[in-house]
Amino acid sequence: MNFTENILLALAGLRANKMRALLTMLGIIIGIASVIAIVTVGNSLNASITSSMEDMGANSIIVNIREKGDDSDEIGGGPPGMQTTAVAKPDEEDLLSEDDIETFTSRFSDKVANISISHGVGSAKAQDGRLYANVSVSGVNNGYEKANNLELLTGRFITERDIKSVRKVAVVSDKLVSNMFSNRENPLGKEIKIYDADSIETYTIVGIYKYEPSLFSTSSASEKDIDTGFYIPVTLAKLDATTKNYQTFTIVTKTGVDATLFTREIEDYFAKIYINNTKWEAGVMNMESTISSLTSMLDTVSIAIAVIAGISLLVGGIGVMNIMLVSVTERTREIGTRKALGAKNLNIMIQFIVESVIICIIGGLIGIVLGLLLGFFGASLLGYPATASPSIIVISVSLTMLIGVFFGYYPANKAAKLNPIEALRYE
Amino acid sequence: MSEIMMDVRNLVKKFYIGSPNELKILKELSLTVNKGEFISIVGASGSGKSTLMNVIGALDRPTTGEYILDGAPIQEMSDNELSDIRNRKIGFVFQNFNLIPRNSALKNVELPMLYAGYSRKERRERAEQLLELVGMQDRMHHLPNELSGGQKQRVAISRALSNEPAIILADEPTGALDSETGQMVMELFHKVNQTKGTTIILITHNHELAEETQRIVTLKDGRILSEVSNPNYQIDNRKWGNTNELY
Repeated sequence: MNFTENILLALAGLRANKMRALLTMLGIIIGIASVIAIVTVGNSLNASITSSMEDMGANSIIVNIREKGDDSDEIGGGPPGMQTTAVAKPDEEDLLSEDDIETFTSRFSDKVANISISHGVGSAKAQDGRLYANVSVSGVNNGYEKANNLELLTGRFITERDIKSVRKVAVVSDKLVSNMFSNRENPLGKEIKIYDADSIETYTIVGIYKYEPSLFSTSSASEKDIDTGFYIPVTLAKLDATTKNYQTFTIVTKTGVDATLFTREIEDYFAKIYINNTKWEAGVMNMESTISSLTSMLDTVSIAIAVIAGISLLVGGIGVMNIMLVSVTERTREIGTRKALGAKNLNIMIQFIVESVIICIIGGLIGIVLGLLLGFFGASLLGYPATASPSIIVISVSLTMLIGVFFGYYPANKAAKLNPIEALRYE
Repeated sequence: MSEIMMDVRNLVKKFYIGSPNELKILKELSLTVNKGEFISIVGASGSGKSTLMNVIGALDRPTTGEYILDGAPIQEMSDNELSDIRNRKIGFVFQNFNLIPRNSALKNVELPMLYAGYSRKERRERAEQLLELVGMQDRMHHLPNELSGGQKQRVAISRALSNEPAIILADEPTGALDSETGQMVMELFHKVNQTKGTTIILITHNHELAEETQRIVTLKDGRILSEVSNPNYQIDNRKWGNTNELY
């Protein structure tokens, strides 16, 4: 018997019992929608975290001076926008001097590719007449670019000579450039005025990097007003600073160095230095382990919810089977008539399995749409770009078909095996 | 003289209602029907009419005995082969019409052709012709519950004719109709029998209807009580004409 005829027949059957069909599908809809929603939110969360972490450098190790007994991995004075307000302030001698960092670097020169130090100056505004751009000024060294995976579009980054000579140069974002310069202008070599609370400083632009929105910059500012990093030589930033020493620095390892092992070595090195300090110690963490612990946590949550969705699908499948059994009983006479007119057992079987599969697929499709909507809504609520996974959609559709066949088989078989004489006599 | 369409020999049908009891419904029953005949089988309830119809309709196999329909031995067939026989050789007309409620008249008539594997176009064309034959061309797209009893039975007759069956098996086809509509249905059977030469077996307990057929077979207690050729039966060619539009 014609397959499309079976599909049309099943659809006509569903149209005749819309409410019943919808209620039957509900279990499937909820199951599939939750799977899709969770996977969508989970994926976007995962992607955002991983990419943000990787922006900060997956092969970076961060050394952070923290209060003893504070095991959190929070980084003081980390990337712009993430400075934590320390409750206790370390004294100058608790922090790391340039010499300390120098000693460390030469001690591990075989494993260290770069050292990145930075000093946050604060938010300010670049202005030129009516044109402006919000910036977050940071003093950095030449290792900062590599440690933070900045993509330089044109010009150069802050160099060692800039730092030594305390030059008034700056590396700015392409966002700032588009805010403040016309397309035809070459901003390299141009001077830019930075206004902060009590001073105006003028810098020469030497390089432009590509601005990447960060997971951590959850500012609600409009696109134009977003703060972007404005990098100046660290020595210049330290001129007005109360402290000349550093609370944190980032190590970029050479390729082939085992970050986990090296992290432990660094921990031992600083533990010896801080052994006599009663209040402060050096916390060492690498990005790789942070990423993997975060993603594994997300995976656990996803699996837990997938199990719940699976149970919902199972219940939905049983609902489909139940309603198919009702349908077979209701249509006993029809089955008898079809058999009298020459339908073979297989024809009847296929008719009912197609009907059950159609119920499940329609339920699945509604579930996918609902799940994507929920997922995108959830992701936008969390502020991450949503990523729909095509593979999970394909899996969902196949899964619903499978449920349709599996739970439709028993009722369909029951229908196929009906004795035509008794079925015709059924009232 | 004429070709044999259906030959039933020593047919026995037993039902086991728990050993050692068994119920013998048909007892060594023999019946021959010629091609193009219009016969009626009458009998009181419990006479074995329904059981005989089930066997003749290839819905059931006899316990013993032979049943040859249009040259094919039915008693030896598998379920799937019986399905094929029902599909191609037998046209059923039921007392309560048994139309598929969600299908239009047209789709109902197409159904046996669907199982026989005709293409969509062939099915559609032939179903339209058949509905036209029974005067239902204006109501082709109506659902069964939008049709009167007589109209439903006309659709059912079209459906029974759709695969050009060897026999039409009509089980109390006028039982659910008023006498006027019933008469109209009977006239339709005559028309089909005359114009298309289809063999028709009418199963009824209504002697008045049986009087209209060529031969009356009376059943009692699973045996044939009498077989009478109807002296009043005549072919009225004037009334039915020679409309051979389907052949």
